[in-house]
Amino acid sequence: MNRFAELLDRLAYEPGRNNKLRLITGYFREVGDPDRGYALAALTGALSFKHAKPALIRDLIAARTDEVLFGLSYDYVGDLSETVALMWPKAALAAHNNPPPPSLTEVVTTLRTLGKTELPRQLERWLDELDETGRWALLKLVTGALRIGISARLAKTAAAALGDKDPHEVELIWPGLVPPYLDLFAWLEGRDDKPVNRDPAPFRPVMLAHAIEDADFAALDPADYIAEWKWDGIRVQAVAGRDERGHITARLYSRTGEDITGSFPDLVPSLRLPGAIDGELLILREGRVQSFNVLQQRLNRKVVSPKLIKEFPIHLRAYDLLGDDENDLRELPFAERRERLERFIAKLDDPRIDLSPTVPFDSWEALTAARGDPASAGAGEDADAVEGVMLKRRDAPYLPGRPKGQWWKWKRDPHIIDAVLMYAQRGHGKRSSYYSDYTFGVWTETENGEELVPVGKAYFGFTDEELLQIDRFVRRNTTEKFGPVRHVVHEADKGLVLEVAFEGLQRSPRHKSGVAMRFPRISRLRWDKPPREADRLETLEKMLKAEPAEIEV
Amino acid sequence: MRGSSPRMTASFEAPTSYITTMRPQDILLPNAAGLCCKPGGFHIDPVRPVERAVITHGHSDHARAGHGAVLATQETLDMMRLRYGENFAGSTQAIRYGEEIRLGDVKVKFHPAGHVLGSAQIAVSCKDTCIVASGDYKDAPDPTCTPFELVPCDVFITEATFGLPVFRHGDASDEVKKLLASVALFPERAHLVGAYSLGKAQRVIKLLRQAGYDAPIYLHGAMETITHYYQSRGIDLGELKPVKGMKKAALAGTITLAPPSATSDLWTRRFPDPVTAFASGWMRVRARARQRGVELPLVISDHADWGGLTATIAATGAGEIWVTHGQEDALVHWCRSKGLKAQPLDLVGYGDEEESETPIPGEAEA
Repeated sequence: MNRFAELLDRLAYEPGRNNKLRLITGYFREVGDPDRGYALAALTGALSFKHAKPALIRDLIAARTDEVLFGLSYDYVGDLSETVALMWPKAALAAHNNPPPPSLTEVVTTLRTLGKTELPRQLERWLDELDETGRWALLKLVTGALRIGISARLAKTAAAALGDKDPHEVELIWPGLVPPYLDLFAWLEGRDDKPVNRDPAPFRPVMLAHAIEDADFAALDPADYIAEWKWDGIRVQAVAGRDERGHITARLYSRTGEDITGSFPDLVPSLRLPGAIDGELLILREGRVQSFNVLQQRLNRKVVSPKLIKEFPIHLRAYDLLGDDENDLRELPFAERRERLERFIAKLDDPRIDLSPTVPFDSWEALTAARGDPASAGAGEDADAVEGVMLKRRDAPYLPGRPKGQWWKWKRDPHIIDAVLMYAQRGHGKRSSYYSDYTFGVWTETENGEELVPVGKAYFGFTDEELLQIDRFVRRNTTEKFGPVRHVVHEADKGLVLEVAFEGLQRSPRHKSGVAMRFPRISRLRWDKPPREADRLETLEKMLKAEPAEIEV
Repeated sequence: MRGSSPRMTASFEAPTSYITTMRPQDILLPNAAGLCCKPGGFHIDPVRPVERAVITHGHSDHARAGHGAVLATQETLDMMRLRYGENFAGSTQAIRYGEEIRLGDVKVKFHPAGHVLGSAQIAVSCKDTCIVASGDYKDAPDPTCTPFELVPCDVFITEATFGLPVFRHGDASDEVKKLLASVALFPERAHLVGAYSLGKAQRVIKLLRQAGYDAPIYLHGAMETITHYYQSRGIDLGELKPVKGMKKAALAGTITLAPPSATSDLWTRRFPDPVTAFASGWMRVRARARQRGVELPLVISDHADWGGLTATIAATGAGEIWVTHGQEDALVHWCRSKGLKAQPLDLVGYGDEEESETPIPGEAEA
């Protein structure tokens, strides 16, 4: 447990993805079975036991420490698990009788079978046996709040690296594996064959598109491609299959292969035909696709209430068919898969699942027009949910990753405004010596006259060279410092104008300006433009469409 | 500028007078300049220029320039001289550990505090009452200074920098092992260890050497003077090199010590993909480490942790505890729960040395 805790501790501080991978792979290499398998399960969220409530942890510490001292400490530290881990006074044990600290395996297997009434005493024993970091990790684990910035995908990639395998391979067999993954590690270490995925509804690595540039069109023949709308939802893979007894198992995966079925129980009954659909998850109300902001209310929910399901009805819009019953269709050309898809959707005949229409075109000019005005080109009232168009080669098989020349995405032009840099903050990791997080604002009329009001924050979009330039500008034009934040000069004639590109806008009561941007990034530095000529809040307000008020669920 | 006030030349042979009953606060009492000993005619670690100052240790929030006469250990005086120049005080007098001298109506005796090289607790006795002003102290082993000595007394003045039960520092050599494990794991990256330039840096270097690390250790310019002073006092720190002028690629796999403020500065751009470490007791708390952007927190402290503070307080046998600079509330509460008389002592101007550290000219971007 202490070694696992050490890993979590190190991961919690490490900002770089590659370094995180190395730390995890290093752990897998160093630690034997079955501990490393349970660690992989913890990192991928694959452990299941009843979590301890914070109240239980509070009771445990209250029995061991002075209430005032605990209160002062908790105030200072700000995190319950950490406070308890740090100040836990070990029970006075005879020196020769100290039991060794529990292994991760012992903790996980015990928690699985432990009765509720036995939990407090067991936790107390472990807290006595572990060191500070071990206690912290134990409490994070038992309260189900690991939160160390590691995705399941990252942990699987680290495991794959142990055997120099492609993470996709691990992803493919993953749904059939169970902790502590002895067969997986045996294969990764070359001691055994690759485990066979017996899962009736496995994930298939996703095919992705390249962003198309103007120059690319010249080399492309419109006749080779099928176009379809790119919907502004989340890309998913909906898979159904029969288990040994002939029962249907259905699963929904994110594009990285994370199983997100639990968040969308309302879609499961609709996945009753064996097959694998590549599609977009959307919210439909009265047949109309809702904005991404509305869909967001359904994302990352652990508990899905009936109210949420009713007010945010989920919908799958199908792009592609990767499997039809027992048949793997991925080797077939797209045009053929598309036909199979149309038949599959027709046979399924479910109101929650429909076909994403193709966009007819015979020249790039025609497609440009359709992309510019999706409403008139078939998207109708759903045009606002169209993010752009997708181009797929008629003869392209379904290939994992981002193969060249097969699929192209052609997004609608982003919204652009000119805003003024107001505050800058230091970045993290490699950027910790650079002012790389920028808050920018636009002009508005207030009781104090013309003022800049912050409308967003961006920390990418610029080149390394531009980062150096902005960093230099920030250091030379700081008016005030607040900890890591610098106020940068922003007056009518003094300051830096940033061209900001963004994908959408929504009302936000949390922001002073009342608006929040989606995916803002710096697209250009306007050294040539005086701040007085930057955009005004009214411009943004005009862009806001009357959207139904968000419902708090 | 510090030290620009008129200097008073004073000596430590003041006339004595006869006082009958002494309450502790008649012996030592805080005033605007710091902890004042009226019957002895001096201040301990004054934050403003005074006529006569008795200094516990060389950290700049305790040892300031511009006093008339200064009484301190030879090491503390040397460090003040290195930091502020030859004329940092009107006159100086060195005192050894265990040595006692009379100042006015009181006797003053210096005892090792275990905080940094030359650090002392100051026992002030008047009649039958003994007060120990411990300055900053730690009861943990440190290969670069004389170990802390427990001084029985009636009133113990304790710091409370880490005065919360969440602060437990553990074994510093284990933290150094963590650093070495990271260096082994990331041989293409530079490791940048933030450490206060007086005491902490030398202790980390010495611990690295004790752990068997014998490669050259690199120093930020601001580290050099004090570190060389430690070496001149017979503390073997192995091969040390200035980092200035080194090629970026050559710093892969190396360890460099720098003042904490430098580890998030422009200065770090000379290192290949640096891992930022920070050696401090504050690193026990995650939020503190994250605030600073630290990737490798090393819990190594020059101060006593909660266990050290409470054990020391109990062991002095003092019936009255004055608690200063830090988390006074929790420590005062603990003392009272043990039946000890305790109160916070309202002294201002002490804290992390870093905040008040005087930059060495020309080193700001070094």
